[in-house]
Formats: sequence, structure tokens, C-alpha cells
Amino acid sequence: MLSSRIVGPGLRQTDLSVPQVHCGTCITTIEKALKTLPFVDRARVNLSTKRVSIVWKERTGTDPADPAALAKAIVNATGYDAHLFVNAEDMGENLQRELIRAVALCGFAAANIMLLSVSVWSGAEAATRDLFHWISALIAAPALIYGGRFFYQSAWHALRRGRTNMDVPIALAITLSYGVSLWETMHHGEHAWFDATVSLLFFLLIGRTLDHIMRDRARSAITGLARLSPRGAMVIGEDGSHEYRAVEDILPGNQVAIAMGERVPVDGIVESGASDIDVSIVNGESAPRSVKAGDAVQAGTVSLTGSLILRATAAAKDSFLSEVISLMEAAEGGRARYRRIADRAAQYYSPAVHLLALTSFLYWGLAGGDWKRAMLIAIAVLIITCPCALGLAVPVVQVVAAGRLFRNGIMVKDGSAMERLAEVDTVLFDKTGTLTLGRPTLIDVGKATPCHLAVAAGLAAHSRHPLSKALYGIASGPIPVFDGVEELPGKGLQGRTAKGMYRLGNRRFACGENNDEAADPSTLEVVLSRDGQELATFRFEDQIRPGAGLAVGKLSAKGFSTGILSGDRRGTVRVLAQRLGVDRWQAELSPREKAEFCETLAKEGRKAVMVGDGINDAPALAAAHVSIAPATAADIGRQAADFVFMHENLESVPLAIDVSRRAGRLIRENFALAIGYNIIAVPIALAGHATPLIAAIAMSTSSIIVVANALRLNRLAATEHLATAPAGSTQMPSRKAHFA
Amino acid sequence: MNMLIYLIPIALFLSGLGLFAFLWSLKNGQYEDLDGAAWRALQEDPPE
Repeated sequence: MLSSRIVGPGLRQTDLSVPQVHCGTCITTIEKALKTLPFVDRARVNLSTKRVSIVWKERTGTDPADPAALAKAIVNATGYDAHLFVNAEDMGENLQRELIRAVALCGFAAANIMLLSVSVWSGAEAATRDLFHWISALIAAPALIYGGRFFYQSAWHALRRGRTNMDVPIALAITLSYGVSLWETMHHGEHAWFDATVSLLFFLLIGRTLDHIMRDRARSAITGLARLSPRGAMVIGEDGSHEYRAVEDILPGNQVAIAMGERVPVDGIVESGASDIDVSIVNGESAPRSVKAGDAVQAGTVSLTGSLILRATAAAKDSFLSEVISLMEAAEGGRARYRRIADRAAQYYSPAVHLLALTSFLYWGLAGGDWKRAMLIAIAVLIITCPCALGLAVPVVQVVAAGRLFRNGIMVKDGSAMERLAEVDTVLFDKTGTLTLGRPTLIDVGKATPCHLAVAAGLAAHSRHPLSKALYGIASGPIPVFDGVEELPGKGLQGRTAKGMYRLGNRRFACGENNDEAADPSTLEVVLSRDGQELATFRFEDQIRPGAGLAVGKLSAKGFSTGILSGDRRGTVRVLAQRLGVDRWQAELSPREKAEFCETLAKEGRKAVMVGDGINDAPALAAAHVSIAPATAADIGRQAADFVFMHENLESVPLAIDVSRRAGRLIRENFALAIGYNIIAVPIALAGHATPLIAAIAMSTSSIIVVANALRLNRLAATEHLATAPAGSTQMPSRKAHFA
Repeated sequence: MNMLIYLIPIALFLSGLGLFAFLWSLKNGQYEDLDGAAWRALQEDPPE
């Protein structure tokens, strides 16, 4: 059941992802629980990545080990879900290590060369200076190859496709400056640029590494969530045998047993059994739908009140999901068209720089006739203008911004997402699961008499229908105990007592077949009756996500236009839109219509952010300029989104927009600073007065100024606060329970 | 000036030591779980 890899003779290692670990007690509890198992050799919890790696023996004495017990031990000890972690993401981790190693090596080289350069600047002469230059050249060479390869590769990729990016001038500057310095050293020259070459590389690698770490952190947190989806289902063979199969191995025609509370793995037709199914994540409808034999059910729905036997009609890859995936692929939104701000800057910057260097080379060569001096000046221009500050300008700001969002429970997939979010002018919300929690709550609690509520809660305790759970959750005081409560899917609950037959369910069921009073479709109602006589009616509505009203208010106040795109019924959506003050709303939309709406907006030149969670939102999330999903979203929605927020509070949305806008402003400021520095430094280089000392000072100052400016984001942001728990103690909302 | 013959290698060796120490600690997994390490320092049980 659990995959593992061999780490030694008779030893295997298994990695489990436990998304809920958050403190020191979790570490101790899990490690202790695992170590009590006889076959576990060692176990270690990694709190940063929320993973547990366990090394276990294949057999203790004569007993073969049972790896399934590992996950069970964690669940029993902590109540947290443990999921198999698939080692697919290690590529990114390796690259990050390589980058950190390159930073370390370049830091070492830069420090040593700078030390030697200081001696040269302070007046080392003749043989000593040559010796120092030679040693610098020796130290710089490996750093250039080991640290420079990231830029060489990227520059080469861009050039080969006939494009240019920020790495082209970088690669050119470090290569040329090294080459000319080496040539100068050989000819006992006075100036060598080894220090500039390597410290440039060092600063740029820091920027590159920061960028990577930010993305990696978000990715590992998101893959941890991905493990919450169903991995298998019970398949009934021709001979009546039961077999637990991975979702991918379920074929059309197979009989699949769905227990109460389980998620439907593939599209199918109900063969036997009846149940109410939660379809909210599939089409946004908040009310559960009752199904019986002959009805079709879609993959991703949850059976709430009964067990079902399905006949699979499609394999997992052809199920409802695949239709959504093909829509998503068709709807390549802002992501594909968007060019990173740094690349757009490079588009103008690198030709300008190269042209400038070439002009100064020709000018000095033709005017002075000294081509060697012309060459040196051209290279000085290249080094001075090398986008060191520009290379740091974007990643440092984005890392600081992402760190700030992370502390508020918002994860950013990459820097381009933040740049796109800063441009947004329209905010579109999905309803069920986004503006609401997808969890019904009782309205006008005061109207129900406590004794009726208690009776209803006593019946409701026997069901996992969301309405029953809400009723049970709200009742206080003594609750009568019923024996032999029956749950009739699609109808409700009934229990017999000495006083008579109590029924809790829809009106038709509770008050007899002939009662055909039409109910208001925008609210959900449950009727409690005794022997067919109505005792009480409980009305429910989907609970609004905390902070939803405030978030919409804040967005409107800042001039964003807001809208709701929902798959739910018209009445429900209208009530919610009015209550929250949302400008525009659309109801009963299919996944395709949602995506088309986003595309229409894009054609009008508006930039929309889509906030959604369901499978039906995924195409719209892909089609919008940028997208945000709550952590409770369906896997596919979460993968399509650029931002994922962990808190229940919807104020995360304005916060993310706000931080992104500030980051955008700081990036522009940084560009202005870097260009301002060039305006001062370039004439010096053009005039032929730039020495390595001047270059070193100018480069370090501009980099430090850019970094210091980026850190202002933390100070600015500290003045406001978000009324939520710190990221460390993130509580996941309860829909997760259905995934487990 | 002959001092330089010793001083330069010593300087290089010392900073090389620092580099080596960092690369070793990186390889040894010292930076794998910074959050967890902070909690583990507070645990009462002696480490195994």
C-alpha cells in the first residue's frame, strides 16, 4: 500500500506528508508513536516541510513489517491525516541546493579577491600587484564557471530563441570583464576587474536564490495539501470480491462501493442504494442533491447519508474532471501572455547597454586611435551598467512581499503572480465555498423552542448530512437519546419513542405524502414532526465566510468593481450579492460560461482576479488574469490558482492585492534608483575615468540601496494588521474532513 | 614582503575552512528544518 525506497540492507524509507503538524508537541508525539512500533528504525518530523521520514526494517525476527501501520500510528496519536508523499518535487529542491552552494562559493571568492584588491588599491606595485592579480584570476575562474553557469544557460536559452533577457548582458559583462582582466594581468596592466566580476556574480546569485526559495516554500506547502484527495476506492469484482484500487486503475464498467462520507472517485451511474450527495465542489450548488438507483453522479461529489454501489461510466482521466481540464487548457489566461516586469525592462535595457558600449568603443578607437584603451573603456561601461541592482530589484522585493503574505497564511506560486495581481481592477468571486463556507447554519435561532431543538438534535446526531450536523452543533443542554434511528436518503431521519414517531427531514417526508406546500427554493428547510404533525421548521442558509462583507467593502472603497460568478441557483446568489453589496452577479453558470465571462472581461481590457474553490471554477481560475483559491479548494482549483490562502477569513484577498500593489510600487522605485545610478555612473565610464575601485563602490552602494528600499515593505505593512491567527497555528476549515 | 608568501595561503586556508564548514553543514541537513530545530531545543527529553 505504501511505496518506499531501499536505503540499506533490509531497511526502507517512507516519506509521509502530515499537513497539520505545527508545534514542538506534534514532533514529540509523532516521533514517540512511531518509535513504539517494533519495526521502525528511526523517524524524524520535518516541521518546515510538514513531512515525516521513517526508516523501517523489512522484517523484525520473522514478522514482515506492515507499512500501513505507520500512517495509522500517526493518525491514532495525533488525529492528523497522514498521506504518502510522492518524491516528484525533488528537482526544485536540488536546484535550490545548487544555487546555495554557488552563492557560498562566490561569496568565498568575492571576499578573498576583494581582500587582494584592497591591497592593490592601497598601492601595491609591480611584481606584488601582478602576483595579487594572478591569485585573483585563479580564485575567480572556478567561481565564474560554478556560479556563472546559471546565467550562461539562461542567456543561451533566450538567445537561441532569438530573444534577449536580463541574463544576456550579465553573462556578457562577467565573461568580458574576466577576459580583459586576464589579458591585463598577463601584460602587467594596472587595472584588473576580478573583484567586480565576482562580487557582481555573488549579488546576482543571491537574488536568484531568494526567488527560488520563495517559490519552493509555496510549492511544498501546496503539494502537502494535494495529498488530501482520494487515492483509491473499493472495487467489487465479478465474483463479489472486494478490492481496494488506486483511482487510476478503476475502469469503466467496474462496480465501485461508496461508503457514507466518501468522495466519488469517477463518474458513474447508481446501481443500488440511495443517498444525498454534496455537489458543492463540483457545480457550486449549496443544497445537497438526493440520488437513487439510475441517477448519474459526477466524480468529486461526496455521499453524505447513505452508501452507494456505482457502475463506473468513465475512467478517472475521462471523468468530469478531464472535461474541466481541457477547458482550462483552452483558457490560457493572463499567465501565458504576461511577460515578467524584469524581462520587459531587459527588452529595452540590454540593447541600450550594448549599443552604448559599442558606441564608446568606436568613438574612443576612431577619435584617439588607441584601440586597446577603447576596449577597456567599453568594458568599463559594460561593467558599470551591468544590471546588478536591476537583478536584485525585483526578487528582493518579491521575497519580502511573499514572506509577509506567508505570515498571513497566503502562499504565492511565483513572482509573476504578484506582478499580475498589482494590475487588477476587477474582483470576481465564486459563491459556494468562497464567499460562503459551504456550511449551512440555522437562521433565526431564537424562534425555535429549545425542547424542539433538542429533539431535532437528538435525531440529527445520527446523520452526517450537513443540515443535521449544523442542527446538532447548535443545540445546547440535555439532548434526548433515540434508539434505532433510521436514515432514509433523500428524505430524512425517523426515530420512534414512547410519545410517538418523530421525523426530521423534508416537508413531504415529515408531514405526509399529501402535503405539497412549495418551499422557498433559496433557503434550505428541515421540518420536525411527531406522527405527521409539524412541530417546528428550521431554516438554514450557507454561512458567509468571515470577513466577506468587510473584504468586499474594502475592495469597493478602493475602486475595484466586484462580481459573483456562481453555479448556484439565482435566488440564493441574488440574496447574497445584495447582502454583501457586490455590484454584479451571474448565477447558474457552467464551468465554460465562467471561463468565457473572464475572457470577455479580458477582451474589454479589464484585468480580473478570480477567487474560487470548486472544480467548476478551475477553468475561470485559469482564464482570469490572476487567481486566488482558499486552501479548502478542490485539488484542481488549487493548482490553477496563483495564490492560495489558508485562513477562513476572506480579508486575505484585499491584503494580497494591497501587498502586491506595494511591492509593484517598490519595484518601480528600485528601477528608478538603478537607472538614476546609471545616469551618474555611465558618463564617468564613458569619459574613461572608471577604475575598478569606482566600479566596486558604485556597484555595492546601488545594491545596498535597492535591498534597503525593498525592506521598507515590512515597515509599511507593519502598520496594518489582519484579524487572523498567526500562520503557524493555521486552522483548516472543516470541509477538509470529507477528503480524508 | 616575504611575509606574503605565508600570509596569503593562510588567509585563503582560513576562508576556505569557513566555506567548507558551510558546505558540510548544508550537506549534513542542518538547514533542512529550521522551524523544527527551534522547537527541538525546548524539548525536555535528552536527544538519542
